[in-house]
Amino acid sequence: MIKRLTQWIDDRLGASSFAKQALNKVFPDHWSFLLGELALYCFLILVLTGVFLSFFFDPSVSESVYRGEYEPLNGVHVSNAYKSVLDLSFEVRAGLVMRQMHHWAALIFIAAMFVHMLRIFFTGAFRRPREINWLIGLTLLILGLLNGFSGYSLPDDLLSGTGLRIAYSVVLSIPVIGTWMAFLVFGGEFPAEQIIERLFVVHIFIVPVAIAGLMTAHLAIVWRQKHTQFPGPGRTEGNVVGEKLWPTYMTKSMALFFGVSAVVAILGGLVQINPVWLYGPFRAEQIPSPAQPDWYLGWLEGALRLFPPWEIRAFGFELPNPFYPAILLPGITFNLLYLWPFLEAKLTGDREPHHLLERARDHPVRTALGIAGLAFYLVLFAAASNDLLSKWLKIPVESITNAYRVLLLVFPPVAGLITYRLMDALRRTGAEGLMHLPLSALTRRTQE
Amino acid sequence: MENQGERSIRWIATAFGVSIVASLGLAVVYLLGGQPQAEGALLGAALGGISVGLVLWAKHLMPGGPEVQEREIRPEVAEAQAEVEETLQAGAEPIERRTFLAKMLGAAFAAFGIALLFPIRSLGGAPGRALFRTAWRPGSRVVRADGSPVRPEELAVDGILTVFPETHTEAADSQTLLIHLPEDVQPPGPPGWVPEGFVAFSKICTHAGCPVGLYEAESKKLFCPCHQSVFDVVDGAKPTEGPATRPLPQLPLSIDDSGFLVAQGDFEEPVGPGFWNRGRDD
Ligand code: FES
Repeated sequence: MIKRLTQWIDDRLGASSFAKQALNKVFPDHWSFLLGELALYCFLILVLTGVFLSFFFDPSVSESVYRGEYEPLNGVHVSNAYKSVLDLSFEVRAGLVMRQMHHWAALIFIAAMFVHMLRIFFTGAFRRPREINWLIGLTLLILGLLNGFSGYSLPDDLLSGTGLRIAYSVVLSIPVIGTWMAFLVFGGEFPAEQIIERLFVVHIFIVPVAIAGLMTAHLAIVWRQKHTQFPGPGRTEGNVVGEKLWPTYMTKSMALFFGVSAVVAILGGLVQINPVWLYGPFRAEQIPSPAQPDWYLGWLEGALRLFPPWEIRAFGFELPNPFYPAILLPGITFNLLYLWPFLEAKLTGDREPHHLLERARDHPVRTALGIAGLAFYLVLFAAASNDLLSKWLKIPVESITNAYRVLLLVFPPVAGLITYRLMDALRRTGAEGLMHLPLSALTRRTQE
Repeated sequence: MENQGERSIRWIATAFGVSIVASLGLAVVYLLGGQPQAEGALLGAALGGISVGLVLWAKHLMPGGPEVQEREIRPEVAEAQAEVEETLQAGAEPIERRTFLAKMLGAAFAAFGIALLFPIRSLGGAPGRALFRTAWRPGSRVVRADGSPVRPEELAVDGILTVFPETHTEAADSQTLLIHLPEDVQPPGPPGWVPEGFVAFSKICTHAGCPVGLYEAESKKLFCPCHQSVFDVVDGAKPTEGPATRPLPQLPLSIDDSGFLVAQGDFEEPVGPGFWNRGRDD
């Protein structure tokens, strides 16, 4: 059977030598190398569940009176988009599980890409010759955020409508072209009729196709360059030590796919997410409170909350307040990330190709900067729920906001400095891990 | 050794078995009408069984390595690069010689690029003055979201109501908060805008446009739940906390001959979040 198939294919494609090479390809083994694969499999789950959802979703905002399974909303005016999500959740068999799986998979997809990026950053895997894949990977992360937000906005519920409302205001805040851009993107002054239909096309066609294309390129480049590996006995810049694709690595990879799918299925069945029927349909003059976006936009939400009431005005022109936290901050963030491999090469003067990874301690400055950056975004992320915290602690929200503002300025440099000291001590003592670090190493500076 | 292998086989077979049973269970649940929790759990078990079986299989019964493979550090040699350069150069030569044509081609592309922008224009109307106006006109009756007009006696002291201009309850930019202030409060805004303690402010937050949903009658403050801006109604809805930089615009009110609340005109400045030319009146 295998013999006949190989012959048949080789006769037509002459692919045998490639196939042989491919099957024998060696992949290094480390749990952190699975993060990218995890993202890939989440994307696959998203496509599979998403196709199912798209058969039932109706992106139109024309209104009708809801009559259906969900009693509390009977008789309420809702858009067709919102109604179709309720029907999908309550009347289509297996519909709710599919919808919730889709949402959970999206959250994990972005988390996996993010942690994958951190792994690449802290191990220096972006260094020559892998700069192109760093750029592609970062673009994939941005596309993931975009598709997460566009999908989240589709059900036309009160919570996501609020998100769209803020997004519109943020676009509006862009100097000179902002008003035009907001009108072109949304089809007119908020809430224009067209936005849900447009987001639908963006969400199920434009961005997924871009993601699929870039992922293919990303993988092809990994294939071509061969995966990096951690240093260790027998591992050099000139070899790859690991498992062959066929059968071991492939089997493990398949196991990962089924494993992720299992987790997503269990979450989708047992852990409720985005219950849009509780939020109610979108009404321009209503607002849910408290309101938090999906986790991956938490840092932007937090930035909007922490940024002080400042803006620039002159001669009747202005640079409105949301511009700084919601346009400038992500602009700087992603530009810095895009440029990082090149900045680092410039600053360290290291332009050699690298295939062996670094440990965090090998490059204390990079590690410290990374941790400081992470601390910054972590504070922003936490600040996105300042209202919830204020409720729990019964402290006025203003005090909490002020505390976060201080934390935002103090925590990153402190975290960075501590990291630097620790990494430096690890490097000097050669201790295995932080737990093995002798205390004296922390108090003394380098003495070579 | 043999024992170990056999044990693995048993575990792997069990994992696949669990998966089979779960899949069958899934079919049964589906046919019985479906139940989300059961579906999720069974689907999880069906997929998880396969996953566990595969992991054990790969770990215990497949070649584990480590295998070593060579990696060419620089796949392409310098000669090949030079050849590519040469080929490119040779091909470009006849193009470069015709600089005029090349320039014309460039111009044609540029012109076409600009022409391509026009369909984008179809995506939405021009902003024009849309952001500077709302649907409030002199004499517009103040109505609730269901279209019913409001008489002063219908809103108790310290009460609050979301209102629209009559026949424009769909105009999102015209949503307005009507508040009945107690007599002892000095009415905010220009004289004559607050008949009998009825004051109206745009409901759209001047920060990022969320409806300012919460009113605390005791402190006379409005709260925006989006980023926690606070507006002081007595002080002309000036922001006292949070990221908002401007007060909520105030709507001039009066009471018409039939005893209904009406607007004296539109807001005097654009409502809602800022934009670059908000302060330009031309
Ligand atoms: S929209 Fe009101 S505070 Fe941001």
